[in-house]
Amino acid sequence: MMALARLRNLANYRGFIKTSVQREFQSKYRNSILGAAWTVLNPLAMIFVYTVIFAQVMHSRLPDNNSTFAYSIYLCAGVLTWNLFAEITSKAQTVFLDNAGLIKKINFPRLCLPVIVVINACLNFAIIFGLFTLFLVVSDNFPGWAYLALLPVLAILIALAIGLGMIVGILNVFFRDVGQFFTIVLQFWFWFTPVVYPLKALPPNVRDWLMFNPMAPLIIAFHDILVGHATPQWGTLLAPALVGIILCLLGMQLFRARAGEMVDEL
Amino acid sequence: MNGSIRVSNLGKAYKRYPNHRARLLEWLTPFAKPRHERIWVLQDISFQVHPGQALGIIGINGAGKSTLLKLITGTAAASQGTVQMEGRVAAMLELGMGFHPDFTGRQNALMSGQLIGLSAEEMQTLMPEIEAFAEIGSYLDQPVRVYSSGMQMRLGFAVATARRPDVLIVDEALSVGDAYFQHKSFERIRSFREQGTTLLIVSHDKGAIQSVCDRAILLDAGRISKEGTPEEIMDYYNAMLAERENQNVRQETHASGKVQTISGSGEATVHHIALLNEQGEAAEVHDVGSLVTLQVVVEVHHAIPNLTLGYRIKDRLGQPIFGTNTFHKEAPVPPVADGQRLTFSFQFRLNLGPGSYSVATALHSADTHLVDNYEWRDLALVFQVMNLSHGYFEGSAWLDPQVQLQGI
Repeated sequence: MMALARLRNLANYRGFIKTSVQREFQSKYRNSILGAAWTVLNPLAMIFVYTVIFAQVMHSRLPDNNSTFAYSIYLCAGVLTWNLFAEITSKAQTVFLDNAGLIKKINFPRLCLPVIVVINACLNFAIIFGLFTLFLVVSDNFPGWAYLALLPVLAILIALAIGLGMIVGILNVFFRDVGQFFTIVLQFWFWFTPVVYPLKALPPNVRDWLMFNPMAPLIIAFHDILVGHATPQWGTLLAPALVGIILCLLGMQLFRARAGEMVDEL
Repeated sequence: MNGSIRVSNLGKAYKRYPNHRARLLEWLTPFAKPRHERIWVLQDISFQVHPGQALGIIGINGAGKSTLLKLITGTAAASQGTVQMEGRVAAMLELGMGFHPDFTGRQNALMSGQLIGLSAEEMQTLMPEIEAFAEIGSYLDQPVRVYSSGMQMRLGFAVATARRPDVLIVDEALSVGDAYFQHKSFERIRSFREQGTTLLIVSHDKGAIQSVCDRAILLDAGRISKEGTPEEIMDYYNAMLAERENQNVRQETHASGKVQTISGSGEATVHHIALLNEQGEAAEVHDVGSLVTLQVVVEVHHAIPNLTLGYRIKDRLGQPIFGTNTFHKEAPVPPVADGQRLTFSFQFRLNLGPGSYSVATALHSADTHLVDNYEWRDLALVFQVMNLSHGYFEGSAWLDPQVQLQGI
């Protein structure tokens, strides 16, 4: 019942959420001349670097796939989705601290804040991934129906990210060390996930450890879809999905237990 | 009923850990004994406000006023007790909260309104009114960073009060902007009140509390130390301020049913006080504009090198009408000895409007009663002013205008 009331409360604030998301977007380019164009220019530059530079200038190739853009696509598929994960977790990590003033002075559903983080990150991702998709179509690398399989994989990734982000964000209010520590963890985590290198580049004994990394099957799934044009091995996604759900529940539980104390601490 | 507030047995304690590690240890060992101490900043707060009533909350800094408001608005969670409140609540704990400097006033107003629970459509319809009330002209479409702090407050106030709430909670926000806007914002609060909004006000502004509130609560060290009429509470509060060291404030119920506050260290006391008419007779009723003498007989119980006698005339709501003292009138009292009896006379024209007035007296050294308060006596004297010899006029001052007409 409590959870339902919370959700209804959140729904009443959808206007606020919408305006906040808009604001976050606009504030980035508020005082620039090109304005909204930067929203597209930045990711465009990134995709350009990963595709044209890596493929045409450096001639980077995947070990078992010799097409021109295979490694570029591999890189984009991994980096763009990892960035979505990283953006959600690192923003959620500071979201309560950043909005301390608001939280202390105004009574509004605090859950709006992580929701805004997720929507913002998803929007940023949609823009850059849209451009990337355009590139796939133009370079004749579009995966076809398998593309739709991205949606459930993305959903798992987002659940994982926000569940973890909430937990870290709440803990960070009480123990600032958590935020510092998590930034380091994220660095190691990135290199312990086959984002930029192929799985086979890892020595076999290290590869075994990857099963404890819930991000690995997700990133591999993105690679399967976008590079291999195949649907992912759904079985491998069960573990990350479970971890995601558990983290979200834990996060909500922690939020419920500590929300009051959090206001005192900010 | 919409607009009722019921606070029962409310309390707030903060956890204080000796260090950060202690909190971590406590979290990690959920069944061990707690490692924090609880610091109670509010305890046993119970009161009730009926719809349409106005309650003032008074107290020195750190008494727990702001914490109480936070608990009532639900920003902070209570450690014990409950708050029941019905209807739409608007809280002005900080005006212009969440304004982003790079966005225009209009965009910020929209955001701010949504933050307090209004929909975008509602804000669209309310916007012209907000625009008109804030009176910041074309600045509304300028980024907030170019605003003066007064302009931000104006806009913040206009948004916070854009729609009449059932309960309005105000934290010392009555002093918004310049004198003109203060009047205007106060007028709005007053009109909400007349339309049935319940008010909860924290303020140090005596006038504001007395002219709006029906009742007041004095908070002291996290507890309700007194509840009563605003006048009674304000008098007690003022006396308490003067009496931080020697706590001998007492209140007596006056013959008229009002509560009289007497405080002070007692080196000198008012023995007798009277308002004399032109014939030198003490009277209770005086005519508007008549020449009167306020006579105060002071008894000295201890030698005082530098005695000052002050008095203040207040209207029936307790608002000061006039006050001065021998220090400001540059009529110094020479050093007085134990057992002396002094008679002070203040002669003036009673240029007051008809009504009931009271006189408070203060005996102290130097220029205010906040240092060396010998005696502070509220309601030392009550008198009536009646209009016996002038045409009808209203208000609490008699300004006796000369009327001239030209152009005929």
